Amino acid sequence: MSALALTDPDDLGRRILARLRPGRRDWMTAGLTAVLISAAGGVSALLLTLTGASPSASLNAIWTGSLANATGWTTTLLNTAPLLLVAVGACVCASAGTFNIGQEGQVLIGGLAGAWVGLRLAMPGPMLVVVVLSAAAVGGAAWAALSALMLRFRGVNVPVSTLLMTFLAIQLVTFAVSTPWVLQESVQGAGDIADAQSNALPANAQLASFGQYPSLQLNTGLFLALVATVAVALLLSRSRWGFKVRMVGLNPRTAKHAGVRVAALGGLTLALSGAFAGLAGGLLLASPVSTNRLQAGLSDNVGWDGLLVALVARNRPLAAIPVSFVFAVLRAGGDFLSATGVPSYLVDIVKALLVLAFVAPPVLVDLFQGRRGATPQAAPAVSVVPTKTGAAA
Amino acid sequence: MSVLDSTTTILASGVRLTVPLAFAACGEYLAERAGAMNISVEAMMLSAAFTSVATAGATGSATVGLVAGVMTGLVVGFVHGNLSHRAQINTFVVGLVLNALVLGLTSYLITTEQFASHQVGVLSIPLLEDIPLIGKPLFSVRWPAYLLILLIPLTWWLVERSRWGLELRAVGENPQAADVTGIKVNVRRRQALLWCGALAGLGGAYLAVGEVGSFNQNMTAGRGYIVIAAVIFGAWRLGRTMLGCLVFGLSDAMRLALPALGVTLNAQLLVAAPYLLALLAMLLFTTQHREPAALGRPFERGSA
Repeated sequence: MSALALTDPDDLGRRILARLRPGRRDWMTAGLTAVLISAAGGVSALLLTLTGASPSASLNAIWTGSLANATGWTTTLLNTAPLLLVAVGACVCASAGTFNIGQEGQVLIGGLAGAWVGLRLAMPGPMLVVVVLSAAAVGGAAWAALSALMLRFRGVNVPVSTLLMTFLAIQLVTFAVSTPWVLQESVQGAGDIADAQSNALPANAQLASFGQYPSLQLNTGLFLALVATVAVALLLSRSRWGFKVRMVGLNPRTAKHAGVRVAALGGLTLALSGAFAGLAGGLLLASPVSTNRLQAGLSDNVGWDGLLVALVARNRPLAAIPVSFVFAVLRAGGDFLSATGVPSYLVDIVKALLVLAFVAPPVLVDLFQGRRGATPQAAPAVSVVPTKTGAAA
Repeated sequence: MSVLDSTTTILASGVRLTVPLAFAACGEYLAERAGAMNISVEAMMLSAAFTSVATAGATGSATVGLVAGVMTGLVVGFVHGNLSHRAQINTFVVGLVLNALVLGLTSYLITTEQFASHQVGVLSIPLLEDIPLIGKPLFSVRWPAYLLILLIPLTWWLVERSRWGLELRAVGENPQAADVTGIKVNVRRRQALLWCGALAGLGGAYLAVGEVGSFNQNMTAGRGYIVIAAVIFGAWRLGRTMLGCLVFGLSDAMRLALPALGVTLNAQLLVAAPYLLALLAMLLFTTQHREPAALGRPFERGSA
């Protein structure tokens, strides 16, 4: 960052100053967000009270399970990495105006590809982790690329196709882990296994955890995710490629006139977001989150939650870092909460309300001021390729 | 058990599984013809299933529960419509958030509350129910199922023959032109979503106080998405959409019945069938202009 900033300090200074002086619109948005977040908190507290649980005790449980001690931090940070990866992928393709909602399936296919390679290739040392993660990314990318191809050649609506593909992915993974010759765990004479799963991947397919301070473990996956996030943020905001992507997202027709290959770029970003989701699946497989086995429950809503993270972060990769951390806190805390007797579904409600609290204000402010279409969220392009009838053109 | 008997059993269970899909698909079909891509059918069905069971438990009447389910569907349709077609938040975002919210809310509430079981009655039509093979499956079902006989033609008439439906179709095909002729595009879409909410609510309530009699966590289990798949499979025509529901209902019934009959057919393939067929249908139909041209596109005055 610093090297780039030094190239034009005046410009950077002006921009920072401009950001420090928020306009009336920003204040309204911020105020409304604060009000809605409080309302979300109020609703959650009300739900807790209505059902006889104590809001303060529940909050305390979430705190204890996520941030109060080193074990909590370890769990939270382990949860952050895959969420962040999924979210960053969603940011990339949303910047290009393509709306991928099939991350859950792409995570699973990533896990499937990773497990397939990890169980079939014998490799020495840490080589295997790299191969597993690469295979996962490729798997996720290929799954998303199918949707991109369907859009390119048959004009199929991307959100719908990625959504439907998710359900196919779930069945595909279930099939793989419950069919002996594919990836089902080989147990001598055990008969049917209740929770179908694959064999455990060899130990050298695990990502290294390091540090014991005194019991806080940092998984390599987190650093991978952070590096990827910063790289994507820089690419999107500073590179020529990122400029093209954003141009396609904001106005595909202008981009086309400017000589950008709109369809190819849209497809590429879709595949890229699939790759990130797949990588997240590989990360789940290669970190202590899973038992190092492929299961149909491997994704555990990481795909959906990652998508929500991107929504809350309003499609900005760097903003996704703190947001994914907050969501990871909720995930880790939610597990702990359920141990205290309060169902962790409460956390799902909180997450959905949080998303609304962050997504709604900018559009509501526009609505109040009677001027719409200024924010990217208000003018989403659902598909990159306009439908042939040209009704909207 | 004879072949005839087991076929009748599978057919009966297929019809039972088809009815909720058919109700919701009627609504989703109308909404999509208006250009409103409604992902929150799942939320409509699930919330309606919950409130119908809760209301039936409180009032002791399954019929009141059914009405409450329809009302809940209307509420979700109202919320979805206002967020997507008034505040102009991306309709897919709204749908996903509503689905997540309703799933969390109902799962949470059901852990803290138990409701007594209530079911609407079975209505058998004399004589007709004695027809071999199709008699029991078609003419001895829970009474709300017969509402389909009314609602399918009504939906068809609304879309294809009424003035309102003409405007809906205009809004779905070419909102700009519709706007120029004085049709309030986003108002029509919100109205379409109310119809969708009511019918999806009826479908969800039918599942809960009709077939099951109680509420289980995530009891719709993706049926809302199958409804969307059915509309796509039906190429945005009502008759074919209903046929799609029947195919998906039967494949679901087969998945449940086949193991008991000793037939092994890949369970995952049967679960995936609706989605696979919908994708294939999309591959086939989208280039033939079968889908409403403005499907899923937000409308704003003055935007190109």
